[in-house]
Amino acid sequence: MSVPVSWYLVLAAVLFAIGTAGALTRRNGITIFLSIELMLNSVNLTLVGFSRLLEDRTGQIVVLFVLAVAAAEAAVGLALFIALYRHRRTIDLDRVNLMRW
Amino acid sequence: MELAIFAIFAALALVSALVVVLHRDPVKSTLSLVVTLFATGVLFILLGAPFIGVLQVLVYTGAIVVLFLFVVMLLNLQREARRSEPGGRGQKVFAGLGAAAFLAFTAIALWRATGGAQTGPLAPDLVDLQSFAIELFGGYLLTFEVVGVLLLVAVIAAYIVAKRPEPASGSGGDSNPEGSR
Repeated sequence: MSVPVSWYLVLAAVLFAIGTAGALTRRNGITIFLSIELMLNSVNLTLVGFSRLLEDRTGQIVVLFVLAVAAAEAAVGLALFIALYRHRRTIDLDRVNLMRW
Repeated sequence: MELAIFAIFAALALVSALVVVLHRDPVKSTLSLVVTLFATGVLFILLGAPFIGVLQVLVYTGAIVVLFLFVVMLLNLQREARRSEPGGRGQKVFAGLGAAAFLAFTAIALWRATGGAQTGPLAPDLVDLQSFAIELFGGYLLTFEVVGVLLLVAVIAAYIVAKRPEPASGSGGDSNPEGSR
């Protein structure tokens, strides 16, 4: 039996919601970053699902670019965390309030 | 057959995503993300994107997650992870409510847009890697090049940001670690 594409899309929505909840509740910078990767990944699933539904390859190509941008974002973000840890000895984002109003 | 594979890997993705978000230890969160990304890669292959699925496993779990693990080990966050996360019950409740509301909206929208849609058998053209490459390097060539430049800029930026500030860089350099404590 063939699985309807809408199941994949709803699964992607659930994964995105899990990622959102994680990014909003966690304090550890690394875990927040992992949650953001989770959200990016669920959007990729949505793109591939619609690419299957519409029989159009554009969604897959966009996923390729999202992967590259996620890699760039991870590299810069983790470098920022390394710099932050070197200065403050913590990456607990509640204790990093230098730029808070 | 497809239903069985979908059920197994969808459940795997959901459970490991929950572990990513809920687990206290960042190392275990990161390793659980590997499982999530692998399961999503299998779903990509089910959806007729084998190239994207393989790329997902190679790039995400092979490169990005290793980068994460490397940083987690480098920073030695075990002590920080063991300390209980402070208060913020209200924040958790509101974040959960917000995520649930968002989930409801997106799930209803996606379901109403695609709920009854039945897909035919997988078109060979959708899976074909050669026509994928022709389209990627045809109409999306400029985007591809821009993404390459973005990666280069990101690597340089990561190097500059993570570089150890030089101790004897004259008086009052703006990368002074003591001044920002």
